[in-house]
Amino acid sequence: MSAFATYCCSLIAALVLAPLLPGIINRVKAKYAGRQGKPVLQLYYDLAKLLRKGAVISETTTWVFAAGPTLSLATTAVALLLLPLGGAASPLAFQGDFLLAAYILGLGRFFLILAALDTGSAFEGMGASREAAYSALAEPVIFLCFLCLAGLGSAEQMPMSLSLSSMFAGAPALAWTGSRPEVFLLPLVIFLLLLVENCRIPIDDPNTHLELTMIHEVMILDHSGPDLAFIHYAAALKLWFFSALLAGILVPSVCADPLAQAGLNILAILAVAVAVGVTESVMARVRLFRISHLLGGAGMLAALSLILTLMR
Amino acid sequence: MQFHYTESVDIRDIPCQPMEHIGAEVAAAARDGWRMIQFCGLQDHDDIHHDLSLLCLMSHDGLGDIRAWRSTMLAPDASYPSLTPATPQAHWFEREIFEQWHITPVGHPWLKPVRFCPPMYDIHGVRPLPGDTHYFTVKGSQTHEVAVGPVHAGVIEPGHFRFQCHGEQVIHLEISLGFQHRGVERALLHGPDARTPHLMECLAGDTSIGHGTAAAALMECLAGRPATERAQSLRRVMLELERLACHTGDLGAIAGDTGFLPTSAWCGRIRGDWLNTTALICGNRFGRGMVRPGGVLHDVDAALLDVLAQRLDTIHRDTRGAVDAMFASDSVLDRMHNTGIVSRGTAQDLGLVGMAARASGVPMDARFNYPLAGFAETQARLRTQRTGDVFCRARQRDQELDDAVAIIRRELGLLAALEEPCMLPGVSQALPPHRLAVSFCEGWRGTICHAAVTDARGRFALYKPVDPSFHNWIGLAMALRGEQISDFPLCNKSFNLSYCGHDL
Repeated sequence: MSAFATYCCSLIAALVLAPLLPGIINRVKAKYAGRQGKPVLQLYYDLAKLLRKGAVISETTTWVFAAGPTLSLATTAVALLLLPLGGAASPLAFQGDFLLAAYILGLGRFFLILAALDTGSAFEGMGASREAAYSALAEPVIFLCFLCLAGLGSAEQMPMSLSLSSMFAGAPALAWTGSRPEVFLLPLVIFLLLLVENCRIPIDDPNTHLELTMIHEVMILDHSGPDLAFIHYAAALKLWFFSALLAGILVPSVCADPLAQAGLNILAILAVAVAVGVTESVMARVRLFRISHLLGGAGMLAALSLILTLMR
Repeated sequence: MQFHYTESVDIRDIPCQPMEHIGAEVAAAARDGWRMIQFCGLQDHDDIHHDLSLLCLMSHDGLGDIRAWRSTMLAPDASYPSLTPATPQAHWFEREIFEQWHITPVGHPWLKPVRFCPPMYDIHGVRPLPGDTHYFTVKGSQTHEVAVGPVHAGVIEPGHFRFQCHGEQVIHLEISLGFQHRGVERALLHGPDARTPHLMECLAGDTSIGHGTAAAALMECLAGRPATERAQSLRRVMLELERLACHTGDLGAIAGDTGFLPTSAWCGRIRGDWLNTTALICGNRFGRGMVRPGGVLHDVDAALLDVLAQRLDTIHRDTRGAVDAMFASDSVLDRMHNTGIVSRGTAQDLGLVGMAARASGVPMDARFNYPLAGFAETQARLRTQRTGDVFCRARQRDQELDDAVAIIRRELGLLAALEEPCMLPGVSQALPPHRLAVSFCEGWRGTICHAAVTDARGRFALYKPVDPSFHNWIGLAMALRGEQISDFPLCNKSFNLSYCGHDL
């Protein structure tokens, strides 16, 4: 099977299986708490329900509010297209595509924040301000990670070392588990970024009903119907995106059969969801102003990895 | 006039003094450790003028004594120099007087309605719109205001919260209640009647036994016919079961607000176990229909005592497991420590009561200061914490869980050996005229204080139930000063105050 066909299979798997991840996280949390938990496929049911509904749009809002969810879904999907999936390089890969991927995710977030501000609600304004603040703090950390992997790639003479497809297609995993252990901190940092970017505990509590403490959830309070479905689906895709980043540096390309390699990556992504569920079960949320400490610490680790990579 | 909390006095023996004089005496008493438990208007219906006087009651936790002052008759729309500037703990009572009787305390720094109810003398008065008042605002280009409620995201009671914020920091929180006002105080006048015990149990639904016991103790004190030792012992068992259920639920809710799932999920279930144990005794999970003036309506036999003792051990073990998991988690401790601090000084100045006051280091607990007859102080000790943050309020609950279990164990032993009736009927029909009495009961939230005055026919000319929430809502507002607005739900849960217990 050609690399392109494998990539397509993985892409379809990503688009179809992404809503499974929140289901797995919830099931793990339920088991930890001794509860039965909601069905693993709950998000699919919710999406199907929401897509059939109409949307209520406040008269005080403008087109920005209505455009937010669509743009959020579109940008997340495009960012996913730039990522190598299942160990196969993205057909759209080019040198420096990590910049495009990071900022196209940023663009989606920007529109979601604008949509939240557009409602004029005090709650959503607070959520937007928090989201903007913490994503601004997360941005340098993720670029430090990318640079570190790019440094590793160029040291290992990989082609296209400034592309996501080189950084996360399984080759670096062999390098860092083998001869170059200096980037061993990166999986930790990327896992933390996953929690930050996807609003999971200990950063944000996706299950809370308390508007005053929310970050992401409070921004989307006014969206309903298909718009809300888009936001939920985009959030699931984003979770898949970050889980795939983690799988890309943890799962080495070892299988001769590309389909088996793709399956291995998907299993790793599902395992990441389990890890997120366990994390959420064993710890409380940190206080809001401590999130910056957490991100600062992650940034330090990423910087240390970068320095070690460059020193070799 | 000074008397012991177990006695009732003749209301006509209290000399009527001018308010200026009372204000000075109250301020001096507050400095000596007396705490204001009631300050209200008293309309004496036997008086041909139907004039109004103000009745002020203070109690001393160490002595177990009560001091009463009564003002000279006041004309409608009268005013007097406010007590609040010298005695801040009077602030909520004075607002209540202002609202109920249109008597103006001149110099009160914060004179607004507390419940948005029509005046007491006007039965058909129009009710003002709850929450419709002037709020404190902070001005400046970088400040913003967040209004929460009265409709909330969770299944909780209605209340309105106004935050004045600078970014994430709360400069001031103002709490406006009254959405649950249903005229209980007015309905209690001219009682007791067949409805009275039911109204008492509904003053705050989660404190049915607490308010029921306070009301029963008050009527027994008025009638001079104390309940039997067996009845008091059963009341103590029920009170502690109520405390166990509520503290367990609260600790789970605090864990839930920090995002710590295990304790949150387990405590929800275990709270149900405690409530079911309550139902074993009286058939109602919240203890309705148990406590009545004269005693209790449901007795326990030897077989039930065995079942209770066995359940107590099992559920206590479960509770400990769930709660210990929370206190063993660093991330939960980090959220609770130094969040929502109420200093000991603030707690004393504002007259906070109960568990919240103990968490701030104020040693007060009606179980020890004003015990129901027969309570042995040796079976538990009055516990306090130091810093008054969310952690202390959680830890206070945690420690009271064990104390409550110990108290119930002892009472179950006592009950097995006690052979006497648990109900002496006819108490509420035998109230003497012109008496004033006060009763205390340590509900799970704090000290419940009921005060009543009877008229010439032995009917209530005044009945004032005070839930701990009445004193403590201001404590929550103080706890939020300078805090992060995102920590409000956690602080709120750590107090877990009653809206309907305040709104009455």
